[in-house]
Amino acid sequence: MSTLTLSQSKPVDRPQIKEKYDHFIGGKWVAPSSGEYFDNISPIDGKAFSKAARGNKADIEKALDAAHKAFATWSKTSAAERSRVLNKIADIIEENLEMLARVETIDNGKALRETRAADLPLCIDHFRYFAGVIRADESSISEHDETTVSIALHEPLGVVGQIIPWNFPLLMATWKIAPALAAGCCTVVKPAEQTPTSIMVLMELIADVLPPGVLNVVTGFGPEAGKPLATSDRVAKVAFTGETTTGRLIMQYASENLIPVTMELGGKSPNIFMKSVGDADDEFFDKAVEGAVMFALNQGEVCTCPSRILVHEDIYDKFMERVVARTKAIKMGHPLAEDTMMGAQASNDQFEKILSYLDIGKQEGAQVLCGGDKASLNSGLETGYYIQPTIFKGHNKMRIFQEEIFGPVTSVTTFKTTEEAIAIANDTMYGLGAGLWSRDAHELYQVPRAIQAGRVWVNCYHAYPAHAPFGGYKKSGFGRENHLMMLNHYRQTKNMLISYSKNKLGFF
Amino acid sequence: MSDKKYIPRVILSEAAIDTIDTLRKRFGTDLMFHQSGGCCDGSSPMCFEKGDFKVGGSDIWIGKVYGCDFFMNKDQFEYWKHTQLTLDITQGRGSSFSIEIPMGIRFIIRSRVFTMEELENLEPTMTGEEMMENNLL
Repeated sequence: MSTLTLSQSKPVDRPQIKEKYDHFIGGKWVAPSSGEYFDNISPIDGKAFSKAARGNKADIEKALDAAHKAFATWSKTSAAERSRVLNKIADIIEENLEMLARVETIDNGKALRETRAADLPLCIDHFRYFAGVIRADESSISEHDETTVSIALHEPLGVVGQIIPWNFPLLMATWKIAPALAAGCCTVVKPAEQTPTSIMVLMELIADVLPPGVLNVVTGFGPEAGKPLATSDRVAKVAFTGETTTGRLIMQYASENLIPVTMELGGKSPNIFMKSVGDADDEFFDKAVEGAVMFALNQGEVCTCPSRILVHEDIYDKFMERVVARTKAIKMGHPLAEDTMMGAQASNDQFEKILSYLDIGKQEGAQVLCGGDKASLNSGLETGYYIQPTIFKGHNKMRIFQEEIFGPVTSVTTFKTTEEAIAIANDTMYGLGAGLWSRDAHELYQVPRAIQAGRVWVNCYHAYPAHAPFGGYKKSGFGRENHLMMLNHYRQTKNMLISYSKNKLGFF
Repeated sequence: MSDKKYIPRVILSEAAIDTIDTLRKRFGTDLMFHQSGGCCDGSSPMCFEKGDFKVGGSDIWIGKVYGCDFFMNKDQFEYWKHTQLTLDITQGRGSSFSIEIPMGIRFIIRSRVFTMEELENLEPTMTGEEMMENNLL
C-alpha cells in the first residue's frame, strides 16, 4: 500500500535483565508456590528475554498476609512519612530513568523515544504529585450548631488489589500504586502477563524504601493469579484497567464481597476537527495535523487512542492530505533505536487481532488511505509484531469505528454541521477520551461540554499530566485517576458527630 | 434454537474445537464465551467455565459454538450484527481471566460481512435474561 519510512539507527545496548524474577512479597523475593515460571516474550523480536513467576492462589494469599500485617503500621504512618517515601521512589526512578526506559521498551515493544520522554517522566511526576497532595490534604469539620460538631476524617480502606494492564506497564502501575500508598492503603499488584518484568526491575530498586508488605507484586496469569486476588474477601477494593468483560467479572466478584471497585475500560475516542482549523496554513494547522496523527502514539495501544477522526467536509482534502503524509513519515524500526517513532505491538495475539480488524475494515468497504497491513521489518525484527500505521475512510456504523482495535489504526469520516459532529462523536458505547480542535472560542467550550466523555482534550491530545482527572463516562468505567480525587477511591470517611452540650435531650 | 435453516452468527475453527476439548477435560465442565469490548485485551472473546460469568438482560445470546453459549453485550451487538464471527485460536500471551491464557494461546474472532441474502435468514437471538427464564442456560 505504501512505502514504509524506516529507522536507520542502531539499537542502544540492552540493560542487564535477570533470567527470572520471583514474586515480591513482604519486602522479599519469594519463589512461586508452584515452582513454575513462564517466559516473557519481547515484542521486539518475539523472543523470550526473561521469566516471570507463575503465581497462584497460595501466592496471592501470602501477599495478602504480608499486606494485612503491614497495614497495621502503614495506615497510621504520618502523611509526612508517606510523602517522603513516595518522593524517594520518584527520585530513584529519576536516577534510573534510562535503564528503566530501556527495560520498558524491551518488555512492551514501544519505542525508546516514548519510554524516555513519556512513560518514565510521567511515573516520576505522578509519585511526586501524590507525595505533594497528601501534605496539603485536609479533612473537614462543620459546626452544626454551637454545641454540635461533625468531623469528617479520612481513613484508608485497607488492603487493596490492583490489576495492571500491559500498554504502559510502569505508568499504569504508578497511577494505581501512588494514590493507594498515599492514602495509607497497602496493595497487592498483579501486572499483566505480557509485561511482568519492568515492574520487578523497579521493585529491585525500591525494595528497601518501603516497609515490608506495603507494596507486593505477584505475577502470573489472569485465571490463576488475577482471579484469586479479585475474588478474595480480604481485599477492601479492586482497581482494574482493561476490557469490559473482565471489568464486569471483577464487579461481579466485588458484589459478592460488597467492596468498591474502580474501572478504566477503554474507549473509541473521537478527534474532531472543526472547519476553522483550515482557516490558515499556520503553526496551529500543523499542530492539528499532528493531533490527528497521535493515533500512532504507543502503537495505538492507548485506551484513549484517537481512533476516530471527524473532520469538517470543507477541509477534508486539505487536512487529510497532510495527515496521511505525516503518517507515512512515521519511522518504524527497532524499538531501541533512538530515532524509531513507532515500535512493536505488545504481543502476537494483539498483532493478530489488529490484522483481523484491518481485514474486516476492508470487507466493510472502508477505503485504506495509508498502511493497511503488517510491517515486515528485517535485521532481526522479522519475528516481532509490527503493524503499519493505518488510516481508513468510512462511516461511523462500521465496526472499525466502533471497536477498540488497540493498534495504530484510525478511521476518518466527515461531518457538515456541529450538531452532526457531536452526534457522531457520541454514537459509541464508550466515553473515555475525545479531542476538539477549533479556532472558534464558542466551539472550544460548547462542543467539549456536549461530548459524553470524561476527558476532552481541547486543541491538544494525549497529554496525561498528574493534576488533571482522568476517567470514563458510559461503558468506559468510573473513578478518576491522575488527580487527588483518586485518594477518596482509596479511603473511607469516618464521621465523628460530637456533642459539646451538657444538657440531656429530654426524651427519656 | 439451532434450526438448520438458519445461518449461524458464530462458527468456529478446528483449532478452536481442539482447544475447547482440552479445556473441557481440564476443567471437567461446560464452557461459555462472552465477547469483550474496550481496551487492552478487549475486542476478544473470553472463555469461562459455564455460569462463571453472570449474563443478564444486557447480554445477547448469539448462538452456540460446539456446545458453548456465546454472548455479547447488547450495545456492542448493534454494531456487530451484520457480521459472521469465527472463533479461532492464535498463538500469543494474552491477559484477562479467559481460561485458555495459561496455555499460551488466545481465542480470537475473525469476521465476515453477511450477504444481503444471509441477513434475511439469521439465527434468532435472545437476551441472557430470556435464556434464564426459559431454562436454556
